[in-house]
Formats: sequence, C-alpha cells, structure tokens
Amino acid sequence: MSENAMGSTMVEEQFSLGERALALARDFAAHKKKAGGMPTAWLEKTMWSLGLEVHQQQFSHTLPFPDESRERYLVRGTNVYGILRAPRAASTEALVLSTGCAPGPHNNQAVGLLLALASYFRGQIYWAKDIIFLVNEHDLLGMEAWLEAYHDVNITAVRSSGPLGRAGAIQAAISLELSSDVVTSFDVAVEGLNGQLPNLDLLNLFNAFCQKNGLLCTIQGKLQRSDWDSLPAYARSLQTLLLMVLAQASGRPRGEHGLFLRYRIEAVTLRGINSFRQYKYDMSTVGKTLEGMFRKLNNLLERLHQSYFFYLLPSLSRFVSIGVYMPAFGFLILVLILRALDLWMKLNKTDPGGSDQLSDSDHGPSTTEVGETPPAPPGAPSRLLLTLCPQAPRLLALVPPVLVCHAAGLALYYLPVLGQSVATQHFPVSEAEAVVLTLIAIYVAGMALPHSTHRVLGGPGSVAAARGWMVLKLLALLYLAAQLTALALLNFSLGFLLAVTMVPAAAATAPTGPRVLLALVLVLATPAVTLLLGIFLERELVEAPAAPGEGWQRFLGALGQGLLLHHLHGAFLCPLLALGTYPCWLLLWNVLFWD
Amino acid sequence: MLALAVPLLLLAAAGRGRAAAAGPGRDALREELLLSPLPAGDVAATFQFRTRWDADLPRGAVSHYRLFPKALGRLVAALGVRELHLALTQGFWRTQAWGQPPLQAPAGAELWVWFQPSVTDVDKAWKELSNILSGIFCASLNFIDATNTVTPTASFKPLGLANGTDHHLLRYAVLPREVVCTENLTPWKKLLPCGSKAGLAVLLKAERLFHSSYHSQAVHIRPICRDASCLAVSWELRQTLTVVFDTFSSGQGKKDWSLFKMFSRTLTDACPLASQSKVYVDISPKNKEKELLEVTPLPTSVYEAIVQGDKRSYAVYDLLSPSLFNTSRSLNVQFKWKRPEDSSEMPIPVLHAQRYVSGYGLQTGEISTLIYNTHPYRAFPVILLETVPWYLRLYVHTLTIITKGKENKPSYIHYQPAQDRRQPHLLEMLIQLPANSVTKISIQFERALLKWTEYPPDPNHGFYVGSSVLSALVPSIIAMKDMDVEESPLFTSLFPSSDGSSYFVRLYTEPLLVNLPTPDFSMPYNVICLTCTVVAVCYGSFYNLLTRTFHVEEPSRGGLAKWLANIIRKFRGVPPL
Repeated sequence: MSENAMGSTMVEEQFSLGERALALARDFAAHKKKAGGMPTAWLEKTMWSLGLEVHQQQFSHTLPFPDESRERYLVRGTNVYGILRAPRAASTEALVLSTGCAPGPHNNQAVGLLLALASYFRGQIYWAKDIIFLVNEHDLLGMEAWLEAYHDVNITAVRSSGPLGRAGAIQAAISLELSSDVVTSFDVAVEGLNGQLPNLDLLNLFNAFCQKNGLLCTIQGKLQRSDWDSLPAYARSLQTLLLMVLAQASGRPRGEHGLFLRYRIEAVTLRGINSFRQYKYDMSTVGKTLEGMFRKLNNLLERLHQSYFFYLLPSLSRFVSIGVYMPAFGFLILVLILRALDLWMKLNKTDPGGSDQLSDSDHGPSTTEVGETPPAPPGAPSRLLLTLCPQAPRLLALVPPVLVCHAAGLALYYLPVLGQSVATQHFPVSEAEAVVLTLIAIYVAGMALPHSTHRVLGGPGSVAAARGWMVLKLLALLYLAAQLTALALLNFSLGFLLAVTMVPAAAATAPTGPRVLLALVLVLATPAVTLLLGIFLERELVEAPAAPGEGWQRFLGALGQGLLLHHLHGAFLCPLLALGTYPCWLLLWNVLFWD
Repeated sequence: MLALAVPLLLLAAAGRGRAAAAGPGRDALREELLLSPLPAGDVAATFQFRTRWDADLPRGAVSHYRLFPKALGRLVAALGVRELHLALTQGFWRTQAWGQPPLQAPAGAELWVWFQPSVTDVDKAWKELSNILSGIFCASLNFIDATNTVTPTASFKPLGLANGTDHHLLRYAVLPREVVCTENLTPWKKLLPCGSKAGLAVLLKAERLFHSSYHSQAVHIRPICRDASCLAVSWELRQTLTVVFDTFSSGQGKKDWSLFKMFSRTLTDACPLASQSKVYVDISPKNKEKELLEVTPLPTSVYEAIVQGDKRSYAVYDLLSPSLFNTSRSLNVQFKWKRPEDSSEMPIPVLHAQRYVSGYGLQTGEISTLIYNTHPYRAFPVILLETVPWYLRLYVHTLTIITKGKENKPSYIHYQPAQDRRQPHLLEMLIQLPANSVTKISIQFERALLKWTEYPPDPNHGFYVGSSVLSALVPSIIAMKDMDVEESPLFTSLFPSSDGSSYFVRLYTEPLLVNLPTPDFSMPYNVICLTCTVVAVCYGSFYNLLTRTFHVEEPSRGGLAKWLANIIRKFRGVPPL
C-alpha cells in the first residue's frame, strides 16, 4: 500500500453486531414486501433511531426508450440516506457506504449490514469524516440521481426533488452487495463508467483486510491460485486479465460504485458470494472487514493519490502498471504510422508532376485530416492556389467519401433513438427492438456506400484516381492512429481491443490484392463484430460458453444497453463508435472498393 | 500583583460571601453556566465569565491590574484596540438540528477587531495584534495576513460603545484550517481570575471538553457604559466557551445527563472572586407539551425570559446562596426525560443556511449558498458576507440569487475583487428573504494554478474556503421586553437588541474544502523534472559552445573623433582609418 495514512494495521476491529444485521435485514425484507418497493418510512425511522441525520431524495427519469431487460421506462424512486456527523469536524469531508434496494429478495442483507454498521459507528468517537449511509433505489439510476443532486449538477435528464443534506467533499465510497446470511468469498468490482478505475490503494486496502480477517476475496470472480509460479496459474491470471480488459472496454460500470469515479471519488463495489465452499463467514466478519476499511479511510489526510490510477489486474495482489502496457500499445500504433509514412513516400515517388507541388498537396490531408484543399501558407495564397489547381480534382475526390462516411456515422448515432416511433408504426416490433434493429440496419447499410460515392466525381481509371485510394488510406490510417491513441489514454482496454482488431486490417487494406480475403478481414475487424466476438470470449472466460443463438441475443441486448448507458449516464462508448471509429472503418472500406 | 490580591480577597470572601462589590475603579467578575438540551437530544453547555472593569484602559493611566488579565489589558492599551473578538472553534454548530446558537463561531479561528480612531496605521497594528494573540493563545493566528484579511462594510458592527462606525478601522479574518485543542484551552483558562481552581471553571477539564461534538472558546473585549447615564466607560472582558455533548453515543441511546456525566466533575463552590455565580438549565417545554423532563436537585429559582424570539424558562442554581450546599457538599445537576422522546419532529430554526461546492472536475466549480427563512409570514433582510481566497477566481457575472424561482435583487452589494497573492475576494450583500422561502445564491469560479512552492505539504487534501457569515435581525414571534443588561443573565446580553420586535442572529455556514489542480509531487515526477532540467542545461551550454564561432572583434575606438578624422582625411585624399 502506498498511502502512508493507511499503513499499519494496529487496531482491533470490534464490530459484533452480526446478529443485529441479520435481524435488521429480515425486518427490511418484510417491510419491503409490504411496501412493494423501497420501505422509505421504515428506513427513515430506523436510521433516525440509530442517531443519524436522515434525508430522502425523490427522483424521476424517463428513459429514451424502454429498457426491456429491466422492464422500465418511466422510473420514479426514492433514495434514503443518513449522515453520521463526525464530532468536532466541520463537515468538510465525507465517506459513503451505499447499497441498492433491489426488487425481490436481492440485497436485503446488505441493507441490514449497512444499518448495523451505522449503529455501531454511531457509538464510536474517532470519526474525523462524516459518513453517509445511502440506500438507493433503481440501481444506477438512483445512484446517478443522488450523485447529481449532491454535486448540484445536471448532466442527464434526471429530475430530483429539493435540496439535500450534505457533508462536504466525498473522499471515498464503498458500495455493498450482499444477498445471503453467510458468505464464502467476496468479489470486488473496480471498473467504473467509461472504464475509469479507482486508485489502486483502495483495492489494496480491501485486499489487506481480507487477508487480515482470513476472508477469501476474488476479482472478476476468479480466485488467485496459491501456486502462482505454475502454468495453470499463469493461465488463470491471463483469464482474469482478459476479463478485466473486456469489462473495462465495455465502459459499463460493474457495480454501483462506477458512477462515483466521475466526481473523483475513489470507489469499489464489494459483492458477497455464497457458493458451495465448506467454510462460510458470518456477518460479524464481514462487518469487521468493512469497519477496518472505514477506519483506515477515516485516517486519510489527503485524497487517495499515492498509488496508480491506471492498471490492469491479473490477480488481486498483482497488477500491470501503465508503464508496462503502454509501450505495447505504442508499438501497435507504430504500425499505422509506418504504413502511413510508406504511403506518403510512395505518393512522392510516383508523382508524374513536380514533386514540390505534390509534397505540398499530400501534406494537406495528413495534417488537416479532412482532405480538403490544403491550407495555403500565408504570403502568396493566390499563386499557390493556381499551382495547386491541377491537383484540386484529385483532392476533391476525397471529399465525398469522407463526408458520406461521417454522415453515416451521424445517422447511426441519431436515427435509432429519433426514429423509434416511426419504426414501431411501420413494423410489428417493440420500441427497444426497433432501436436495436435500426442500429444494425444503418450499420450494415453503411457498407454499401462506397460503390456510389467516389464515382460521382472523377471516374476511375485515371492516374489521379488510381492514386486517390492511397491518399484516402493515408488519411484513414492517420485518423485511426489519432483516435486510438486518444482512446488508450481514456480507456486503455477499449483502445487496445480496437487496435488489436483494426490495426492489421487497416494496414493491409488496399484495392489491389485478394479482395475477398481482405474484405473478410476488414469485416471481422469492424467494431460490431469485435463486440460480438468479445461477448463470446467473455462467456468462454467465465466458463459458461454461449451457444450462437444466445450469443446473438446477448449481442442485441448489449447494443440496447450501450445506447441506454450513453443516454442515462453519459458513457462515451456509443458516440465514440458511431461518430469516430465507424466512419473511420468506412473510409477503409471505401479504400478496399476504390476501383 | 495578583498573588497579593488573591489572599486578601479570599479573606474578604470568607467574611462576607460577596467579595467584589462594585466600587469606583473596581472590577467585578460574573460567572455563569447555561445548560440547554438541544432539539436533537444533545446538550449544549455555555460558560460565560465576564470581568467588568470600571477604568479607562487606553488612556494608559492604568498600571494596577486585579481581575482583568494584564496581558490583554496592556495589549488593548498599547495597540489602540477598541473591540476585540477572538473565537477558536473545533467543529460546526449544526443550526438545523441544534437550533439557533447563543453564540456561534466559524470552524477554525476567527478574529475581528475594531481599532481606535487614533490608530494611524491600522494594518500594522492588526499584524502586530494577531502575532501577539498568537503567542497568548498558542494558536496559528500569525498566519493572518493580507491574503485572508478583509474589511467588511456592513456585517460587523461594534458590539460595545462606539462613536462612529468607520469601517476602515475594522479588520476581519478567519483561519478555517486551525485545529483547536488543549494547548489553546490552557491559556484561555489562565485568563480567568480563579483559573480552573474554583467556581464553574472546575468543570473545564480538557479531556471531557474535547470529547464532545462541538467546542468553541472565545474572548470578547469591548467598552460599555459604566452606568445608565453612560458618562464614563467601563471595559468588559467576556470569556465564553460552548461545548455540545453527544448524549446519544455516550448514553447508549438514552438522553439523560448530569454534570458529572458530562464533565466528570461536580460543582462545590463559587469562585470566591465572583460577585455572581449561577447555573442556568433550560427547562422550557418543547413542542408545547407538558414538561417531559425533570431536574434534580431543586433549583434555587426559576427564571423566565424571552430569548431569541421564544419564551423560555430556566432553572437557576445560585452558587452563592448558602442554601444550595446545605444538603450535599456538591452540586450535580441531573436531567431526566420523564418519558423517552419518540418523535423525529424537530423545531426548525427561523433562519438557517447551507453552503456547498457544486460541479466536478478541476477547472471550474460553483459555490452555492442556500438560505432558509422558515418564518410563516414575515420577510426580513439578511447580510451575507463571503470571503473567498484569491486562488478561486470568482466570476462575478455568474452571481445569481434566486428565491422561489425568481431572481432576487440584493439591495446592497459590496464587492472587492481579489488580487493574486495580495487580498481575497470580499462579497457583501443585503438580501431580502421572503417569508417561508429558500434563497439560492450561486457564483462560479475557476481554480487557479498555484506556483509550485505555494502548495502546502498536503496539496491533495484540498484548500479551505472560510465560512460565510449571515447577520440578520430575525423578527420575533413574541414581543420582547427591554431588559436591564446588568441584571439579566449573560447569555442574553452580548448582542444588543434594537427593539422588542426582532433579535439579532449571526450564523456561520460550513467551511468548504476545494481541490485545486495539483502537480504530481511524487518521486518519478521530481526525477523527470530534475533530469530534464539537468539535461537541458548541459545540452544547451554544450550545444552553444560547439556551434558558436568565435571572431576577434576589432576594437572600435573614439566614435565621433574617428568620424571627424575620417572626414578630414577624405578632404586630404588620405585613406580613412
């Protein structure tokens, strides 16, 4: 652990209200059943009697289209939270313990444990930061509503009621999921929205307390093997690593903690697992672990900043740092750059006209990315324009494909959600299906575009047209390289997955050569197919392989969820693929069918 | 001097019981403890020690100090202080749960001082004063400098006698980061005439006082009228200390309390130097119900008054009355709830406020203040004072004040923009609060990049923005009577009430913790910086040396003379020099 303030583990945890937690959980379950949802009044009363300052927040949200997997469209809910005010502190800093109120028997024990911990924490005198105990409804939607209201921002269209009780800047948050009276192990989820990760120290903290209390802990549902230096252990680590890459690349928060990260609040989700193992742990042990973590977080003098924010985890106790994985990615991007350099030199060499003019005009698309007339240097604009005139038609030929590809991207981004009502009127499908099917239809239709675009201006066969694909490819390669580099800084896993699939295909694409084979490679490299393959790989890795039909269903579900995630929480995966990667891929597709 | 005076007085006290009868040029001490159960179930204990001295301090004629502490007296005389208010606070008074405070102070250290009109260089005197106080109270008041000092124009008026209110003589500063602990309490206790040896001060045991939810100690010095005719000036020193005990966590959910439970001491006698020594217990019934509480032992008397717009009754224990210690040797006030409180309904104070930073990211943000007026039918104005450090660059054009969905135009605005590293932002506004309303005041800011040496050792902790101050005359529901200041208990008499229909309230909001963009101060960063610097310097100079060509420059001598000589030579037909 890098953080000094969380260093030594000298204190003895005293939490012993395991039975109380279970009793509270049963109470909660009964009241939840009676209320047919969140038992707001009961929660408020209980929290108040525990000595907390209780607040509630009502929110409502209308989804852009019905969410079929969770069966919701117009969402109304209430978040209830209690604030434990730290003595002799001015409410400048806070910690959050949150748990969701899920329908059915799910997550009752988590609420029970949360209340028991609140009751125990209230009696302690050592708190220096306020602690917020939050029970939120409608999982991520409730969390989003609460976080937005707490920070008084409005990113999404959530409407929520009135002003809230606040407790200063939140330093760290732990989200708890627990559905059984005893647990065999704890799974920790780190990936947040857009693949953001919490500081590694928070994870180390959890790991340290699991070790201390003898609790089994897993990541991605995989237990670390004790014989870490053997081949099966390496295979296990690889599996875990790949699962993390896939989860991070999806940009989907893997727990309710995922939304905290946007506000620079370090957060993880802890998920109690009850499997068929022999040895079970009771609530007191779980409570002690959480107590220890909160005491350590309470000791923090500064925000967690000492350790890594960018890492990949092959197991809970080992990590791959950014310094190790970034060079590998750099080499991948180097392929694109070298290929682009090669094209540029070829263009320079085979130019029939004056080489000086050509280098000027070739330089244009590479720097301005749109491939229009290159910007003339100041001084002699008119003279330069005259000399460039012979080149202009060749560059003009690039404008339609670029524009059309981006128009296709725009259509892909806007049409599915805007056109859902039209689609449901004309076809016998539900709104959610309509959105997903429109998405696929536009995606596939985009592939038919190259046949009609570049022929509009300058027929094929001329010398300029033959060289046109080179310029277009040069442009596409540099565009792709820039996108992937930027992406790898934001969400490494996504950037890496796209790079691994797209870079070879992009480098190989040319209208000459075995066109069918190249077309196949390029189709395999398209983001949609990558997503489909990623779903199959993920099922394979969690040892529940999916049949093709099931995989397809999951693929459709993932498309819908991806769109929802963008519209509800502002995930950038959907606009990025629709407005950036897909047009770029279409440019390459254009190159392939240039003649 | 004090050492001589004390035995004498002790003799007198033994003889008469009341030692310090007020005579001309004499000083008198009154001590008082107010215990009030708070709506949320906690207990607030407010100690007040008032030393009144019928002498004119700043004239410099005084050299003999009796009860008035010499350190403060000489300070007042030497630096031309007219009024001094210093508060050191740990924690935050939660107005919403605890009700209107008798005397609130912002978290950290607060100092505001009015200087005499005779002081020429106020800034110098202020600097000197804060440094001396820093020594006296063992607090980091020496960190008060131009970057956190402001001169409010409307929020802080003199509390004592004052001829003019030229606000240039006022200085105000808050140090929100200041941590208050026993080292600040000890010098504060030493200023008391009886120390912590006798009287109410016996209860001031550090280990209990800091086992509380809120701790605030203050010193107020001000000139007051000597008598009703107000022809002469007396000086008053008030030492107040407020603690809030959390009865919930200490009593395992039961809210009963006693002096012994809270302070682990009981009272045995009054301070022999005090002319008055009383304990007040607030026994006014809440929720208009029958009395639910029981106080033992039986109080000496019951005092009824209208405090902060509310009719209250207090059980009074006069430590100087001989009947009190007849039955038992010590006084341990006990307080029992007759039946457990079960409602979560709490009376909401008429005026309360909340402040927070909104937004996310490290570039911009917004400071929002919510002010609540819960009075059912009366609107009243409130003065808001915001002091924001310079490294949050306020955008004044984004200042919005919204009440009930409509814009609320302040009737008075005083804004003094910040200067980097010189002075903070000062924003003062007079806002009318309509009845039963919430007013939201928000202003956006940009976070500045500091120079790398300006970051504190813990830059990732964040930077504090001091509490903003709300001053208001809150309309009272019940008409108040004018009281004689000398006769009424101390806790009602610090703030002057203008008339019977309203009472003065000063509230402080939460301090804020704002993160600024912080460079990576970790080792790799430093190594990279250092290496780059070394490489740049070495490479630069080497490159310079290697690529430079050296020429021997012809020395040019005598500009004008040479020119003249050349002209002459030209005429002569000789080649020029």
